[in-house]
Amino acid sequence: MSANDLSRKGSLTLIDVPKILRWGSIYIAQARIRSMLKWKWSIIGESFATPMFYLLSIGIGIGKFVNSHQAAGVDGVKYLTFLAPALLAAACIQGAVGDATFPVLEGFKWQKGFFAMNATPISGKQIANGVLLAAMSRAAFGCVIYYAALYTFGALHGLHTLWLIPVTLFAATSFAVLMMGVCAAIKNDDLFLNMVQRFLIVPLFLFSGTFYSLASMPKFLQIIGWASPLWHATEVGRWISYGHHVSATALVIHFSYMTIMAIIGFTFAHHHFTKRLAK
Amino acid sequence: MSAADSQATPEALILAKGLRKEYGDFTAVDGIDFRVNRSESFGFLGPNGAGKSTTMRIIAATLTRTSGEITILGKDPEISGPEIRAHLGVVPQQDNLDNALTVEDNLYVYGRYFGLSKKFIRNKIEELLAFAQLEEKRSVKVEALSGGMKRRLTIARALVSEPEILMLDEPTTGLDPQARHILWDRLFRLKEQGVTLLITTHYMDEAEQLCDRLMVMDKGKIMAEDSPAGLIKKYSTKEVLEVRFGADRNAQYADQLRGMCERIEVLPDRVLMYSHDCEALLHEVVSKGMHPTTSLVRRSSLEDVFLRLTGRSLVE
Ligand SMILES: Nc1ncnc2c1ncn2[C@@H]1O[C@H](COP(=O)(O)OP(=O)(O)O)[C@@H](O)[C@H]1O
Ligand SMILES: [Mg+2]
Repeated sequence: MSANDLSRKGSLTLIDVPKILRWGSIYIAQARIRSMLKWKWSIIGESFATPMFYLLSIGIGIGKFVNSHQAAGVDGVKYLTFLAPALLAAACIQGAVGDATFPVLEGFKWQKGFFAMNATPISGKQIANGVLLAAMSRAAFGCVIYYAALYTFGALHGLHTLWLIPVTLFAATSFAVLMMGVCAAIKNDDLFLNMVQRFLIVPLFLFSGTFYSLASMPKFLQIIGWASPLWHATEVGRWISYGHHVSATALVIHFSYMTIMAIIGFTFAHHHFTKRLAK
Repeated sequence: MSAADSQATPEALILAKGLRKEYGDFTAVDGIDFRVNRSESFGFLGPNGAGKSTTMRIIAATLTRTSGEITILGKDPEISGPEIRAHLGVVPQQDNLDNALTVEDNLYVYGRYFGLSKKFIRNKIEELLAFAQLEEKRSVKVEALSGGMKRRLTIARALVSEPEILMLDEPTTGLDPQARHILWDRLFRLKEQGVTLLITTHYMDEAEQLCDRLMVMDKGKIMAEDSPAGLIKKYSTKEVLEVRFGADRNAQYADQLRGMCERIEVLPDRVLMYSHDCEALLHEVVSKGMHPTTSLVRRSSLEDVFLRLTGRSLVE
């Protein structure tokens, strides 16, 4: 073999297609995480700073104010306890949506990396799953840190509150995958994402019973809350954390809502990833 | 198939019949037939918009055809997309490397998409970096590479899986002459090693240098198909005489010139005269009292073939 010649066993002997059909999503997730790890220190820093920022400003500042005006706190507990499941869900959902949507714009439009991935045996469906898996891995990391911070600050009590983590991640997955599908479906995505952030995400967060109970708001604003995965996650979270009253029927509705959103989200994302790659 | 048979008919890696692609009511590929054999270097030559990239993407099993038949390695891309893509190396018209990763990591990550083992990829990277002459750039981020280096990296990336067919969509468009020559040299090596190459280009010199067999494409149709030399022989004369009389007089002399040779083409800035002995032809032109401001005798090229077939120039 001369200096610049390439060895050749050939792809026919080298490549195991069924293996790729099985593991392709994982390959994509690994590659995404590999890219993320280039920023590991800022990811770690952010994961710690975000809960600290909220806890110090809201928990201690506003909490003191609220507690001093309402002797019984809110919903029968201290304001910080009331707030904790909502803060956790809000941070986790927002982070997951960001991590699941930004790479979609990059992959389809800016760098067109999804087209490079799709030139291998990897399918559009696997790319969608892989990107989501990477986004949710980072979200899980952030969620655990946030949980630990809440626990340390006394906003959560007892190990049963660990259930908040899977519930929160489930809500975040269902919303993130739906938004990911929407991003793949929309052509003028830069503008679109901006609009989503302003007119969808922010209102959802303001009107999801995060800072005060949804029931204390006018009916037409409550409707926004019902549509928001954050409200469903928060209700379940408060029930887990301090026994906030949620009827059995309501629990079923909350979980069904998140599940249906996830199913629609996956179907929508898979469809539009496949379609856009074949354009 | 016995050994004797396979010598007589080379193995077809790609077979297309009546292949057609419509975007809405626009037909980009208009019912084309072609065949690519193992170890040959096959080219699509045509101007922008001819339908080359569309055809390449259908072959690469990433774009669905509207109608017609196509098999790649005996499989239908509609049914066996991943199985086909497993054996192709694709160099798209636009580089789609990961700019945030290093040269080395781009190769590594791509190898993983083919399910190749870490160890295999690590060894392969050394070979590919040497092949692409990017050893010194291994730890550099892609965004810092020149256009030619990016192109070589994209080719190296396409080779990580040791594909049966290497597909290159306009491999040197936008590169400076030196970068083009380096790239041609690399592709030539692959060709010598028996790698099946499928190339699109609108550069006739590239087509002549790299392709054993060419399909001339225009407006989604095949205009002709042969070896570069065969095409020139079939559609042009051995030599061409280019004469310029100045913009207004080119057309004025055209009728007189037409009678003197096999064929002429009147371009805005010059007249091309096709003949097998152009020195003699030039003497004749001058002896008839026509004095071109400049004249040039050259060998016929694929550009002349294209002009003959379509009445237009390849590069507009
Ligand atoms: N996704 C698309 N939608 C609509 N028209 C397209 C699309 N892609 C290519 N075309 C059109 O099809 C024709 C052939 O394009 P292409 O295959 O890219 O040609 P080439 O690669 O030979 O320049 C062009 O006129 C182009 O504008
Ligand atoms: Mg093209």
